Amino acid sequence: MDFSFLQDSYELLLKGFWVTLRVFLASGLIALVVGTLVAVARVSPVPAMRVVGTAYVTLFRNTPLLLLLFITYYGLPAMGIDFGFFWNVSLAAGLYTAAFVCEALRSGINGVPLGQAEAARAVGMPFTMTMTQVILPQAFRLVVPPIASVFIALAKNTSLVAALGLADVAFRLQGLLRDYPNSRTAAFLTIAAMYIVIVAAISLVASWAERRWKVESR
Amino acid sequence: MSAVLFDVPGPRARRRHRILSILTIVGVIAVLGLIGWRFASTGQFAYELWEVFLTPAYVEFIAEGLFYTILAAVMAIAGALVVGMAFGVGKLSDHAWIRWPSWLFVEFFRAVPLYILITYLWALYKFQIELLAPLVIGLILYNGSVLAETVRAGINAVPKGQVEAAYALGMRKGAVMRIVQLPQAIKIMTPSIISQCIVALKDTSLGYIIVAPGLTYAGRQIWREFENHLQVALVLGVIYILLNSLLELLGRFAQRRLTESRSVPNDVVTDQLALARR
Repeated sequence: MDFSFLQDSYELLLKGFWVTLRVFLASGLIALVVGTLVAVARVSPVPAMRVVGTAYVTLFRNTPLLLLLFITYYGLPAMGIDFGFFWNVSLAAGLYTAAFVCEALRSGINGVPLGQAEAARAVGMPFTMTMTQVILPQAFRLVVPPIASVFIALAKNTSLVAALGLADVAFRLQGLLRDYPNSRTAAFLTIAAMYIVIVAAISLVASWAERRWKVESR
Repeated sequence: MSAVLFDVPGPRARRRHRILSILTIVGVIAVLGLIGWRFASTGQFAYELWEVFLTPAYVEFIAEGLFYTILAAVMAIAGALVVGMAFGVGKLSDHAWIRWPSWLFVEFFRAVPLYILITYLWALYKFQIELLAPLVIGLILYNGSVLAETVRAGINAVPKGQVEAAYALGMRKGAVMRIVQLPQAIKIMTPSIISQCIVALKDTSLGYIIVAPGLTYAGRQIWREFENHLQVALVLGVIYILLNSLLELLGRFAQRRLTESRSVPNDVVTDQLALARR
């Protein structure tokens, strides 16, 4: 294996790494906010909101991310709405991941002991307050591991933006593979290592958070 | 399930819920209306942008893409099941020299994005276009690794007593796995396997990046000619949603058939799978 290509291209790769990180953070933020809202809608007492939440999850979970990227990248500007290249693609990745965040969170909400919601009602809290003060804080703790898996998937999925020409790490791989035919495997392993670094970082943060916010069961 | 988070509504709460329902519906209509209005004002409803989906020759072209997408998905899922079984059992092996390589294989291919895996495999095929192999191999490696984890968790979810009883009867290791653990594990894993099949089916769209035959390839050819990216993406999205829903129905049917005589209580299964998803 020949890693000499790194000498010429490490700067490009680091720049690409930074782009990947930015797309990941932007779409992760969108996913967390939208996913929480949809999850609350899906367990709310209002039937219409439940239907909308379920429809959102069905639509976005069953559409390939690549097609969502096409819709926001080509479609939004064609419709006269344009948040700029970066935000257009982050929006697609964020809305797609939101469906998975919602499902993870919903399982967490269902995992909070029933007595908690009942107790909140018994002291007179309305649904929104029961949610924000009692259920969600506990649900978030419960769902640290599944949310971490969702975010790991997101980190890997951000590579798809390369298909639209955003110059992230995955985009650089194709150039390397063409320019250095003798170090294809080396190039592949280098790029793979960059993603593994992100994945490992997420796992570390998740296991720290899990320990830190562990629900003490009495 | 969710009825426990709130009380049975009284008359005032019912009125409030009705108002919120109406507001939600109005909101949805407003969003759809906004999209429709943007569509109309930028001429996205123009007949010539949609006409291609009604032209027999192009419909046939899309159907051909659909055929290759399904072909790739079927091959990928079948291959992934074999790989998943092998490495899932391998990760539980008593021998370190089988356990460790299995672990490395599974962890590596689970952590590498499909995009770069497929691009690399494509490079090994000298960037030939209209080739399914890199896509299918990539999907097998990735989904196989994910399924290996599912298999491992499924086998671990089989109650210990089953295994102990089998050993007590004098079965050997292989027989315990084959006759006692795997059949029960497969029942437990069915929901996860189905959702992984949906993931694999969706990921066939990645054929786009290596110009492999399939729906997204057909879509690319069409929008190159007609400049109707948005319309193509919407139509392909609908096709994928229909395919996935069909697969989900099929999965639910299979699960019912498999779980009619369940030896493992339901709540144990959900608990174990929730842990396994990790």
